[in-house]
Amino acid sequence: MRWLIAPALLAAVAAPWLADPYTTATLARILVLGLVAVSVALLTGVAGLPTLGQTAPFAAGAYAAATLALHSSSVGVTQLLMGASVGAAFAALTVPLVVYARGVVVLMITLAIGELVVTAASRWRSVTGGTDGLAGMPSPRPLWGLPVLDTDRARYLYALAVVGIVLCAVVLLLRGPSGMYLRGCRDDEARMRASGHPVGAYLAIAYVAAGAIAGVAGSLLVTTQQYLSPADFGFDVAALLLLGVVIGGAGSVVGAIAGTAVVLAARDWLSGLLPGRGPLLLGALFITAAYVLPRFRFRLRRVVA
Amino acid sequence: MNRVDAYLIPALDGVAYGLLLFVVAAGLVLSFGVAGILNLAHGTLYAIGAYVAATLSDGSWLALLLALVAGVAATTAGGAALSGMLAPVPRGDHLTQALLTFGVALAGGSVLVMAFGAENLPVRVPATVDRPVDLAGHAYAGYRLVFIAVAAALALALHAVVTRTRAGMLVRAALDDPDMVACLGVSPARVRLGVLAASGALAGTAGVLGAPIIGPGPGTAATVLLLSLVVVVLGGHSGRSSVAGTLLAALAVGEIQTLGVALAPTAAPFLLFAAMAAVLAARSHGLIRRWSPA
Repeated sequence: MRWLIAPALLAAVAAPWLADPYTTATLARILVLGLVAVSVALLTGVAGLPTLGQTAPFAAGAYAAATLALHSSSVGVTQLLMGASVGAAFAALTVPLVVYARGVVVLMITLAIGELVVTAASRWRSVTGGTDGLAGMPSPRPLWGLPVLDTDRARYLYALAVVGIVLCAVVLLLRGPSGMYLRGCRDDEARMRASGHPVGAYLAIAYVAAGAIAGVAGSLLVTTQQYLSPADFGFDVAALLLLGVVIGGAGSVVGAIAGTAVVLAARDWLSGLLPGRGPLLLGALFITAAYVLPRFRFRLRRVVA
Repeated sequence: MNRVDAYLIPALDGVAYGLLLFVVAAGLVLSFGVAGILNLAHGTLYAIGAYVAATLSDGSWLALLLALVAGVAATTAGGAALSGMLAPVPRGDHLTQALLTFGVALAGGSVLVMAFGAENLPVRVPATVDRPVDLAGHAYAGYRLVFIAVAAALALALHAVVTRTRAGMLVRAALDDPDMVACLGVSPARVRLGVLAASGALAGTAGVLGAPIIGPGPGTAATVLLLSLVVVVLGGHSGRSSVAGTLLAALAVGEIQTLGVALAPTAAPFLLFAAMAAVLAARSHGLIRRWSPA
């Protein structure tokens, strides 16, 4: 699969010159959700904590960045840092809820956290604008002294650059000892504990890091979409991300972005195919994926082995 | 005295709400604890029961009884069908189970909206209890009092079934050690079928009887699923008896959703968070023991 990376990167950079502005904005949205999917893959695939709740730090980072954009700073980097730190802080607060549980219990708890955040976002009108959402965030300039990102193309390239940098950092970190530790926790927790590794601390760090990544994605959502509503963080988004991560091969963070792109493209295609029947077709897609994917993965493993 | 008095009605509402959540969450605990399946379509089963109640109800007791029979039959069949759909998925594959049940919830919700429209439907309660009852100087909806009595009886019956009957013994054994139950010759496939059908029946019962409290509409499934998930998270770890723990948690969530909203209108979702955080943080060790990876 490695030979695919260079052409994919080339296509991603060239895309805004080949596509119309609407498609470019859609692609930017896919990139943003792909970055959230990276954090889902980090937890689900690498650390072994299956999650449906990464929309929660995503939302926290997005609302924090939007508040900053509306009231004080229009510099992209400060908004990204704001998103990352609020996402990480949110994750740090919810660490005791998540890292002591395993397996399906994590799925259940994270789902509850995500849904509660959406409920809170639709009630806390003074900050989030409630169900009406927040609009009118000005386009940021990436750094002090650089021009404002006032076209869809510029915003897309900005998102591409940020996603690329974060993705490279995650891949490099996972190649080193930290990736080994997390995979160890996933595959044989008892043995890790027996050799003296603080499994809980590793998982807590991974969870907070995933929260920071989702927070960065939230800040990018503000830049690319310039509009926020609680519907951006709903349960269906969390499920789409999980499906994208599973399609991409749960242990692969690069695959997570590709899988999410496939799932989002399929969703848009399906809802255009039969207007008003989108959820029904999407549900059918989930059911089909649940039956087809495990067998496909099994065959793939046999071919490799 | 007057201050306390003003909160009597929301507090009583909280009991009704909590008992309703208890019946739904008991179904979720069954499928989750015994069969190890996180059924994301559980809220949809409730919604089916509620839509049946809204369609059949005409203000007579006979219609309510009819709705109960039809609704429970439909959701029991729904649970059994889910069990059949989940059969090819390996037991430990939680991700695939979650994707599958979410797909069913999404498609099922869409079909319900197609069949019944996108509005919240009104539900008529039997005429004899469709009037306010005088309660220590306050008017209170008669149906809710009846509901509280019925749901409390249901909770007691459930407790008796779990502690006194052979089926209940099997459920407790499967909660404790599913592999040993399989070794003793009880087919895991049959356990899953029975558990998901029973879980569907509980969701349907709650849906039909609770329709006047949480009515049928496009958002019903998600609301019910979320609140019963919180109940399971809170109640699954408090104390030895699963039924009592779930009941306590359900009543607490019910009070937060009604009394909490009356006392502090904006803080209710945060209160749910705080309750979850407190319980889980306090019981993190018990959590590891209880839900250790099988």
